[in-house]
Amino acid sequence: MMIEIATSVLLLLGAFLMLLSGIGIIRMPDLLTRMHATSKAGALGIGLMACGYMVFYSADTSLVVRALAMVVFVLVTAPIAAHVLARAGYFVGIELWEGTIKDVIKERYDLKTRRLGSAPKRRDDEDTY
Amino acid sequence: MLEISITISFIFLSIGLVMATIRLLRGPTLPDRVVALEVIASMTVGFIVLYSISYGVPALIDVALVLALTSFLTAVAFARYLERGAQLNDD
Repeated sequence: MMIEIATSVLLLLGAFLMLLSGIGIIRMPDLLTRMHATSKAGALGIGLMACGYMVFYSADTSLVVRALAMVVFVLVTAPIAAHVLARAGYFVGIELWEGTIKDVIKERYDLKTRRLGSAPKRRDDEDTY
Repeated sequence: MLEISITISFIFLSIGLVMATIRLLRGPTLPDRVVALEVIASMTVGFIVLYSISYGVPALIDVALVLALTSFLTAVAFARYLERGAQLNDD
């Protein structure tokens, strides 16, 4: 009985996070905000659903270990995939949302060599931000 | 109890999958489509895990594991393809 309740809660939470990532990918205005929704909800959704699987089949150790390996793998690789995709999108030159207040790396990135430099020198008449 | 929550989870995942597919079809640029494809892959992993719980086929976790692995490799490969100068708009 306890196993059923724990499995239900974990599965529902995971599926709800996946639904949130679906809503985010269709409602958010530009690529970076969309990735903010998708990477987080994708990793956490898969992680929680695999945790539900672990609780449900907790009698069999080999299944638990395989599900645990999947959770660890997803949690390690999801940020890497999101970072790589966002970096590629930024270099390709996607348009940012018009409500973006500040693009900090715009003046620091050399788009030719793709290296991140230090901040440009502050002018005297410029306010601190 | 468990049956009801599994049904609700299937409904949630289906709605999310439909939304990701809409973004895949509409998505103005290529990176948007790649992101939508990755979300679809992770939702498919969720579907497989749900299916293996509800129908009692525990061996399907191997399929989910391999799918998660290949979706990561797909993301990295698409990112390299984009960085080497792909066309941003295909229309």
